[in-house]
Amino acid sequence: MILLDRVTKTYNKSLGPALDRVSLHVEPNEFVIIVGQSGAGKSTLLKLLTREERPTSGKIIVGGIDYDKLRDRDIPLLRRKIGTVFQDFKLLPNRTVFENVAFALEIVGVSSREINNTVPKVLDIVNLKDKEKRMPLELSGGERQRVAIARAIVRQPKVLIADEPTGNLDPKHAWDVIRVLEKINKYGTTVLLTTHNQEIVNKLKRRVVTIEHGQIASDRARSNYSTNSNTTKPIV
Amino acid sequence: MKAKTITFTRIIRTGMVNFVRNLWLAIAAMAIMIITLTIILFSVIVNATFNNTIQQITDKIDVAMFLKDSVTSEQTQQLISQLKALPSVASVQYLTKDQALQQYESQNAGNGQLLQAIDETDNPLPATIHIKPKNLNEINEIRSFIGKPSILALQSNSATDSGDQREAINKITHATNILRRVGVAAVLIFAVISVLIIFNTIQMAIFNRRDELQIMRLLGASTWYIRGPFVVETVIYGIFSAVISVLIINAVFVTASSSLQATSFGLLDISYSQSFFEGHYWILLTIQLALGIFIGAASSVIATRRYLKFKTPKK
Repeated sequence: MILLDRVTKTYNKSLGPALDRVSLHVEPNEFVIIVGQSGAGKSTLLKLLTREERPTSGKIIVGGIDYDKLRDRDIPLLRRKIGTVFQDFKLLPNRTVFENVAFALEIVGVSSREINNTVPKVLDIVNLKDKEKRMPLELSGGERQRVAIARAIVRQPKVLIADEPTGNLDPKHAWDVIRVLEKINKYGTTVLLTTHNQEIVNKLKRRVVTIEHGQIASDRARSNYSTNSNTTKPIV
Repeated sequence: MKAKTITFTRIIRTGMVNFVRNLWLAIAAMAIMIITLTIILFSVIVNATFNNTIQQITDKIDVAMFLKDSVTSEQTQQLISQLKALPSVASVQYLTKDQALQQYESQNAGNGQLLQAIDETDNPLPATIHIKPKNLNEINEIRSFIGKPSILALQSNSATDSGDQREAINKITHATNILRRVGVAAVLIFAVISVLIIFNTIQMAIFNRRDELQIMRLLGASTWYIRGPFVVETVIYGIFSAVISVLIINAVFVTASSSLQATSFGLLDISYSQSFFEGHYWILLTIQLALGIFIGAASSVIATRRYLKFKTPKK
């Protein structure tokens, strides 16, 4: 589903590469956790996948789309196939929960009837059915992040990329978000999750890819990621 | 196809909503656009009026040849056909002695004494040929033809032409050309100012909504889905400005004709301007609308271009 072949990204030559010859293969329907300290290159990796950045060298293929052959005007089409969740939610503050989720469908030309039909179902998946008329600022952080997830999955993407979705949340809300991601994964979406949260990494027992200094330091399936690793520090 | 229709409707609706939300910005941008379009319209009308004035004066100009009474009709016919053959001659009109008298009488119908004096004598007027030049500048060719000795021999008096008027016309043409250039310069300057202010307006609107635009981008909105509402918004500016500029010119003519009671203002024949405006009302309105829409759309497309580029520099 996701294939990176010796991908290098250099922002500034004097600082060295942010990602250095990273190769990674993610199967369809996999749930992969990417860990690593701040500045290790996690966000760069995700930005390459959403085409916010271009690799300096190397090959990226996601869902059969070869990024080398992608023209600028096809980027919107690519982003519609990938759901993205951000640490800072990126919700529109002047629109209701329903409208925020509907927005993702509006921009691709889905009819209003279909929007009214789909959005409540997705809000049900993220357990926010009763809050569709609320404004984002009236919600807790965890609820806001679940709105963002609903928005990311409403178009049924094959890949969901979640960049530190629990970074701003307390443990209880963090787990709400993780449970939702697991549910989505169970429905057949490939999930790529970056996190600092040691407890989540340990409990989830999923494939863990550790990035250190722009390189993949370890790649362990169903990891028992140990707390004495110096690559991450438990925050919660 | 259906998705495209839905998207199109959404873009139009969003643009209209934004127009209402940014009303104050819109008014600022429209004020400048109205000034620009009004100046353009005004220039067009003034130009048409000057052209009309020049045309009217040109029509009055001709060269008159006075023939001796001894000239035979064959000679006259020959002369006329020679004149007609000249490339610079637009038309030739021949008046016999009687016709010349009739014309003189009708021209001086108010002057009883003069008419009586003429009646008492034998017809003193010569047969006359009026020659109209095609172009004011070609009058010299006609003059030199008439000045040939063989032709001069047929004439009772030397020919007259409207040389003084020609000078006046040259002055008018000169003045019109200058005015036209000033008009074009003013139009260009205001068009540039107008576009810059609309740019600024749109960029402020984009700045206010940059988070929303970023989110739209990340969610995969196409460039036109983001740009469309801005274009719709500025096209609305254009439509309003065009209509208002036409209304302003209309109001100017209403004021000029009713309160100033003037039909001309120096060289500017206001009554002609007014009839030109009224006669071409719909065409002028259409042109103004097209211009307004073009200025609006062009400036918003250019203003949004910078903000909508994908930040993916080549490797």
